[in-house]
Amino acid sequence: MLLEVKNISVNVAGKAILKDISLQIKKAEIAVLFGPNGSGKTTLIKALMGFSGYSISSGSVIFKDKEISGLSIEERVKMGLGIMYQHPAKIRGVKLYQIAQFLCRDKKKIEELSERLSLREHLHRDINLDFSGGEMKRAELFQILLQEPDLLLLDEPESGVDLENISVMGKVLNEYLQKPGKSALIITHTGYILDYIHAKNGCVMMDGKLWCVGKPKEIFESIRKEGYEKCRECHDKQRIE
Amino acid sequence: MINKELNNFGQDDRDIVSSSGMDLTEKMRSASFLQEDSRVQLYRSFIDGVQIMSIEEALRNIPEAKSYFGSSFKLLGREYPTDTQGGYFIRVKKGATVKLPIQACLFLKAAGFKQKVHNVIIIEEGAKVYLITGCSASKSADEGFHLGISEFFLKEGAYLNFTMVHSWKEDVSVKPISIALLDKGATFISNYVSLRPVKEITMYPTAVLQGDGAKASFNSLILSHPGSLQDIGSRVILRAKDTHAEIVSRAVSLGGKVIARGHLKAENKDIKAHLECRGLILSEQGTIHAIPEMESDFRDVDMSHEAAIGRINKEEIEYLCSRGFTREQAQSVIVRGFMDVDILGLPDLLKKEIDVLEERTLKASF
Ligand SMILES: Nc1ncnc2c1ncn2[C@@H]1O[C@H](COP(=O)(O)OP(=O)(O)OP(=O)(O)O)[C@@H](O)[C@H]1O
Ligand SMILES: [Mg+2]
Repeated sequence: MLLEVKNISVNVAGKAILKDISLQIKKAEIAVLFGPNGSGKTTLIKALMGFSGYSISSGSVIFKDKEISGLSIEERVKMGLGIMYQHPAKIRGVKLYQIAQFLCRDKKKIEELSERLSLREHLHRDINLDFSGGEMKRAELFQILLQEPDLLLLDEPESGVDLENISVMGKVLNEYLQKPGKSALIITHTGYILDYIHAKNGCVMMDGKLWCVGKPKEIFESIRKEGYEKCRECHDKQRIE
Repeated sequence: MINKELNNFGQDDRDIVSSSGMDLTEKMRSASFLQEDSRVQLYRSFIDGVQIMSIEEALRNIPEAKSYFGSSFKLLGREYPTDTQGGYFIRVKKGATVKLPIQACLFLKAAGFKQKVHNVIIIEEGAKVYLITGCSASKSADEGFHLGISEFFLKEGAYLNFTMVHSWKEDVSVKPISIALLDKGATFISNYVSLRPVKEITMYPTAVLQGDGAKASFNSLILSHPGSLQDIGSRVILRAKDTHAEIVSRAVSLGGKVIARGHLKAENKDIKAHLECRGLILSEQGTIHAIPEMESDFRDVDMSHEAAIGRINKEEIEYLCSRGFTREQAQSVIVRGFMDVDILGLPDLLKKEIDVLEERTLKASF
């Protein structure tokens, strides 16, 4: 098992947001996380990365056979975790290129990937500052792919991205995930990204709990047709282990 | 080459002088001036169209020099100290375009010495020039004091890009006093960089846009060390029509106190002016106090200001950590980005030089 989340609870700003969550991701597996707004999806990813204010109050997180809940963000990154933010920070004066160079020594690779993601001009701009919604998502994907983590935590990679760019991003992402041993946890509302990658498992987060598990496309179809109510109903039958 | 001539300069002093932006090889400069304490050590120009000499010599030999000396203070009804010794006189002839910067160095060497200089800079009609002035103090200059008066006269259509780099030490007090007078269509870009410790700096340079269409911008990058007091402002008086002014400052406090002032005064209604002050406080002891002032007798004049002061943003640090930076690295990258050399309107050559200086100073400060 690459990632094993065991019964974790997370409080944010004094409020219990995640309650007794368990989740497993195998090496080379792609898992999809659905769930209505405010249900706690981003909170889960941030807690896995170790952001301050998202500390785990109980339970454990095992990554590559090691308990990581006490580690700093950068230590987790070193172990092979990577995040693509739903709402990334904007940093005045820090250029996208600076981060790219930090993540990857291969100048040619930086050039090629920025070309494919139409980010050539953005390389020399302040990171995310005045980037459009879609540009920000491309810049996030760009960075996480240069970083080459083993487990990618992707928070709504395609939200706000136009169809043409979703196709570019989906293909680039899929090429990466095809490499041996690469895994991902992907949060999506639109489901578009599922057309480009081979995701095996999906689950639904509701009110800070994981309620349902199954084939991502089937779950997505059911949410599309019947909304999240259906998930609520079947949660008794299919408790996630 | 300054490097060879200054036999009494040890390697330490050379490094300090270089850290104030001086090119001791002079390869990338078109003229040089160097004064140590009260002694003018050397001055020379490598190109026609640029006159450079000590102010005393100018007052002796150039008849017009006298009419400029002190005249900007008279215009504003201000007094100025008259007990000065030395300083430079620079005149760039009409229409000259000077590609490589002119450099002037004011160096404090003897302990307890009070250096007081008076500079006069005249940029004639249509001339375009870059001037870098480096002010620095030797390790030996304990309890030093520097007072620098500068009067800038920009004639019609003249362009002056003036960069002042301060490289002092903990126990040195400094008081620059500058006035720039701009005629029609002239442009004055004044950049100020202060990255090393200092005891106290008080300065409030003023530009008077007296000709139509004149433009002035003041940009400063200030790093404040524990124990330092830097009271630094810029003032632009927009007297003629279609004049533009911009004041931008970035201050980072590592524990010292910064007062970032700015004053825009509109005496004409057809003007455009903006003031921006950003401060970052990295230590509990540090304070930054922004005092932006805008003054106008007209109702709908185009003047604006922005001020933002705060601690380093946790979200920004963690963003970089999530790309693998350590907290310390992240902090230094953010501070480096905040002290963005791009805000200075520098030509590429000087931008690179200042960038290297900043990189070195920041590395040593964290
Ligand atoms: N720093 C915070 N302070 C206060 N409340 C927070 C904070 N972070 C998250 N929350 C709250 O926690 C809940 C879960 O938020 P989270 O961002 O995890 O939702 P999400 O499932 O990602 O939603 P969306 O689909 O809208 O992105 C929300 O009610 C949110 O307002
Ligand atoms: Mg979210």
